[in-house]
Amino acid sequence: MSRHWRQLPSELASAVRPAVVAQFTEPAEVEVHQASELGLRGCPHCGTVWRDVGEGEPCGHCGTRLHRRKPDSFRRTWALLIAACIMYLPANLLPVMVTRSLFGTQYDTILSGVIYFWVGGSYGVAAIIFVASFLVPLFKLVALVLMTTLAQRGSTWRRPERAKLYHAVEFIGRWSMLDVFVVSLLVGLVRIQGFAEITAGIGIAAFGSVVVLTMLASLSFDPRLTWDPRPERAAPP
Amino acid sequence: MQEVADAIVCTGCDAAYRRTRLGRREIATCPRCGTELDRNWGAWATRILPLTTACLILFIIANAFPIVEIELRGLHSETTLVGALFALTQEGRSLVALLVLATTLAFPLAQLLILLYLAVPLVDRRRPAGFQILVRLMQSLRPWGMIEVFLLGVLVAIVKLSGMAHVLPGPALWAFMGLTVLLTVLLSFNPRAFWRVVFDADAERQE
Repeated sequence: MSRHWRQLPSELASAVRPAVVAQFTEPAEVEVHQASELGLRGCPHCGTVWRDVGEGEPCGHCGTRLHRRKPDSFRRTWALLIAACIMYLPANLLPVMVTRSLFGTQYDTILSGVIYFWVGGSYGVAAIIFVASFLVPLFKLVALVLMTTLAQRGSTWRRPERAKLYHAVEFIGRWSMLDVFVVSLLVGLVRIQGFAEITAGIGIAAFGSVVVLTMLASLSFDPRLTWDPRPERAAPP
Repeated sequence: MQEVADAIVCTGCDAAYRRTRLGRREIATCPRCGTELDRNWGAWATRILPLTTACLILFIIANAFPIVEIELRGLHSETTLVGALFALTQEGRSLVALLVLATTLAFPLAQLLILLYLAVPLVDRRRPAGFQILVRLMQSLRPWGMIEVFLLGVLVAIVKLSGMAHVLPGPALWAFMGLTVLLTVLLSFNPRAFWRVVFDADAERQE
């Protein structure tokens, strides 16, 4: 017997239901106990579960600091989100790519690149760039603002869907780096002096910062906050 | 502070569950929020070393050879990933260059090297020096390696250029494709599984 199968303390055993082996079930509102209410705390890093842990005490196995919730989750998420929203404007308005050729200089923003492909008949590529560079960052910003606001109010509205939304935001976040990579590669490749030359516009730096800021925001948001009971009015935030 | 041995806590919603013994390839998910709780990794540990070695070889090829070549009325140009980064830096976009360097070169390479370092002693379930820090580093690097997004970026760039020049895919492109497939398999392993191996080994030693 490995030590992972030792019994739960008896007063907990009746409260805690067994984990479910399931791959394709839809999340649903199920009656389970919050670990924090039972006085348990799971280590986010190695998965060990502890009782009677002080706030910020290091995990006995891996040394990770154990917090009830990610510290200052709301404030950090909001700060990063606001910064991302501000950078979203120059990212879409300023040129990300400057093409100098015999026919003159052309400034491309993210959306004009999409239009270029669409008009040229490459509908698939136009759709990929439009989704990855325009829709995904916008979707991430809206989704994170929605999730953070609802969690902060202690709302119980559509919690399983909000959990799904968080998984989606985590999964798609990285794909908006697409345009940064496309521009970098074109800059390295099209450098035929006096004939055709592509340089990166300032917009791409703003765009890259939106991607990084939204990824950091989704990392600093604590999805467990969605499931916490509504905070008492008197309690400090 | 006291360890509760057969409990498991969902990282997505903080629900507490009793640990269930999993059969081969079974995955336990949280019925409330859908987050994966635990997984039976099966022959996971034996696959890490060959996969990591293959990835490292492909990684070297992917970065040593040009990714794409273009030909425009007799004029010829090609670039590697590092070449593109140099071009960006020369233009004064060093922050963008740094971002691309980190997500496509530095972080994936760091992940592979850490895996290699951890996987060798893992064969006889030993814990190498720095195990704690390195496993944690693996977990923090996880969202930031973006080889697969870069590959899509290369393909988009090829389509973009095919209108104005003759485009030839370089040897590195094929290496990047292989690397994307292998890395996806390799990095789907949760670094938490390293701890499980070590805990089980500790438990056996105690008996």
